[in-house]
Amino acid sequence: MVLLASSRASAWARVSRIRLPPPPNTARHFASSVIARQNAPMKQPPHSNSVLFPGAVNSKFTNELKFQRPQDLPAIPTYRLIDTHGQVVDKSREPDVGQELALKMYKDMVTTSIMDLLMYESQRQGRISFYMVSAGEEGIAVGSAAALAPDDVIFSQYREQGVMMYRGFTLDEFMNQLFANKFDYGKGRNMPIHYMSERLHMHPISSPLATQIPHSVGAAYALKLDQSSRIVVCFFGEGAASEGDFHAALNIAATRSCPVVFICRNNGFAISTPTLEQYKGDGIASRGVGYGIDTARVDGNDIMAVREVTMRARDIALKEQKPVLIEAMSYRVSHHSTSDDSFAYRAKIEVEDWKRRDNPITRMRKWLESKSWWSSEQDQELRTQVRKDILKAFARAEKEKKPALENLFLDVFKIPSRDLEEQMTELRRVIEEYPDEYDLEAFDRGKEGL
Amino acid sequence: MKNPLLPLRSLHPTIKVPRRRYAALSSGVLGKLNVPTDYSASSYLAHTSSQTYRLHTDLPEQIRSSKTKRTNYFTAVNDALRTILTTDDKSLIFGEDVSFGGVFRCTSNLTDSFGSSRIFNTPLSEQGIIGFAIGLSASGYTALPEIQFADYLFPAFDQLHNEASKMRYRSGGAEIFNAGRMVVRMPTSAVGHGGLYHSQSPEGFFLGMQGITVVIPRSPVQAKGLLIAAARGEDPVVIMEPKTLYRAAVEEVPLEEYELPIGKAEVLQAGTDVTLVTYGTMVYVAESAARAAKERLGVSVEVIDLRTVRPWDKETITKSVNKTGRCVVVHEASRTGGVGESLAGEVQERCFLRLEAPVTRVTGWDTPMPLAFEGFMVPDVVRVLDGIKRTMEY
Ligand SMILES: Cc1ncc(C[n+]2csc(CCOP(=O)(O)OP(=O)(O)O)c2C)c(N)n1
Repeated sequence: MVLLASSRASAWARVSRIRLPPPPNTARHFASSVIARQNAPMKQPPHSNSVLFPGAVNSKFTNELKFQRPQDLPAIPTYRLIDTHGQVVDKSREPDVGQELALKMYKDMVTTSIMDLLMYESQRQGRISFYMVSAGEEGIAVGSAAALAPDDVIFSQYREQGVMMYRGFTLDEFMNQLFANKFDYGKGRNMPIHYMSERLHMHPISSPLATQIPHSVGAAYALKLDQSSRIVVCFFGEGAASEGDFHAALNIAATRSCPVVFICRNNGFAISTPTLEQYKGDGIASRGVGYGIDTARVDGNDIMAVREVTMRARDIALKEQKPVLIEAMSYRVSHHSTSDDSFAYRAKIEVEDWKRRDNPITRMRKWLESKSWWSSEQDQELRTQVRKDILKAFARAEKEKKPALENLFLDVFKIPSRDLEEQMTELRRVIEEYPDEYDLEAFDRGKEGL
Repeated sequence: MKNPLLPLRSLHPTIKVPRRRYAALSSGVLGKLNVPTDYSASSYLAHTSSQTYRLHTDLPEQIRSSKTKRTNYFTAVNDALRTILTTDDKSLIFGEDVSFGGVFRCTSNLTDSFGSSRIFNTPLSEQGIIGFAIGLSASGYTALPEIQFADYLFPAFDQLHNEASKMRYRSGGAEIFNAGRMVVRMPTSAVGHGGLYHSQSPEGFFLGMQGITVVIPRSPVQAKGLLIAAARGEDPVVIMEPKTLYRAAVEEVPLEEYELPIGKAEVLQAGTDVTLVTYGTMVYVAESAARAAKERLGVSVEVIDLRTVRPWDKETITKSVNKTGRCVVVHEASRTGGVGESLAGEVQERCFLRLEAPVTRVTGWDTPMPLAFEGFMVPDVVRVLDGIKRTMEY
């Protein structure tokens, strides 16, 4: 034992004498001081009234035994600028937005909501296989998008079509994805609403919940290493925030000081599960605080407040190089998706009440009208035009072919493996041997497409 | 596609079997083979009471006079859950959205009957759900967690693979410290429009989990009996329910409670020329392919439903292949890492001298499940029939 230990010790000494290569260049600019601080030995001064345990450096000693009760803490307030009547709440703080930008934001919300309506209906008619609307949450998506730089990197869940709309994802691009036609960037492999755009720096949406949250943190760390002036923004629902990936992501983002803004859309439901059964405590915002992350809560129906909070968050993330969490409150007035009938678990009246009480689009319209920037005639005109544009894009996308059959096998690896080539040959053989059994009319290049 | 190397088998003096050659199987007057399955016409589903007892041969003797009721798959699962909750007051059901009945309606109306401390929604966390279930099981409770889609089990893999599957082993076979009172239910397999994350068949992953039993029931009668048996068994069970069958597969299901044997395959149709082994939705594709093989090739196919895919029933399969001398395995999951590999490996070892042809696999390709091409991914009647033909012609 002794022998072993000492020989191991001398081996270690030998190893530690070996000179390590200097750290790579990228490491130089960030946080040498942070590392030094972390490694400094901690000294507990005698008679100190505060604790210097390494895990809680600012804690005071106390003689009173008391458990912290979450319900004793005040709830994190919800920031807003404009009330449900479209009135600016604090007259000294007009939203800092010009007419042109305000109207773009409004139009993008309206376009998103009309597209949602039409596509929901088209799923009902069996023209597309699935859809999810973002009704009631257009303000969160468009408002946050309006606060970002065009090349900030976005990770979405699935109910953020308003972000894409604002960034300039075209109606044709939406429709190509929804119809899984040959122009769909995902080559028809994903279910509808799983958009992506390399041009707009929007990562491909994935169905498994919360997986994008740690991705966004890694992407933010990459920007930090690049000394970029961009940040990352990551969207998710309050339901997804129960997944382990959410917690892991916030913790890594905080410990590695990543320039990422997390935006939680808290719409009250995860499919049928109400927030009361999803979490205890003060919403998702309180989680941010728990992880040591700057956090704010905002009224998601107030698009101007969402924009302002996101702008501020972006500033913190960029200048201070650290994560920020925004919890944007709203209510999911729609069914979860076309596969869901929400009246099986909530009263229709509850939904009707919400719809009547508040809505990001009507709220903004009232505000625009109060500024005489918009009229009901213009509104009617806009809606008619948008409807037409969407239906045109719809018709174009619907008549396009599906991607060529070879796309079943491509992109599994960068270059198809021998196995896959064999399997492709096998499928081709079957199709050729049984020509009457396979109709490849709907696919690009038909039989030649494999 | 044939192996250019001389097959080893030809070095053995085997019994000479006359080689038959079949013409191309074009549809012609016989009509198209690849048509959607008509479940109402399937001979594997009991459309009358007497069929129930004739078809499902291992239904226990004592219930054979029980009345039956026309029941679809998800309602049969619901029946089974109701039976378990009624007869085992330490049983509970939880998962995402189960309170209102679950997204596939399997847990409908249970909260009303049994209360919200036994049927409840969990927060959205699969690893939490399975870990919580293991804790209940290791405390003497019967945990019946639901995972919303098999595609979403993966966050719980650590709990399932490192904990549930090994707990009895690492506790030295302790009486209570095991996950044997846990039955995880999850919808699985293709629906035609599920794409990457709503149509996967991930059962292959469970083949490497020692100590986990995996069951894939093909029909309402099977779903009820296998689920009740799993809940009363002593080992952790994963039950994968082919979601496309939830509404499509309808049968006369005995009203009384009953168990069906876990770990046993079932011969659905006796035959003499080739053994076709499959499970889940694919049994109905196999049925059509077997019919076509009879009509077009004069080949008699023995169709076997594996039912329990892990550990699977070596005895029944070996017996059948030793009789027919040929074996085709069909599943939706990808070719690599699937049940087919396990089957082909075992069959060649156990039946080598009896085999007239290599074990043929007709499976999904080694790709993810793409939305636009789901129909080309899942084995269809043509591909299964073609597999039978190649095996016969070998
Ligand atoms: C890992 C995983 N588990 C389950 C699901 C099924 N699922 C899809 S959406 C959803 C609810 C998500 O709720 P939330 O995050 O609050 O977003 P919202 O739909 O309310 O916008 C569930 C459970 C999934 N997609 N991924």
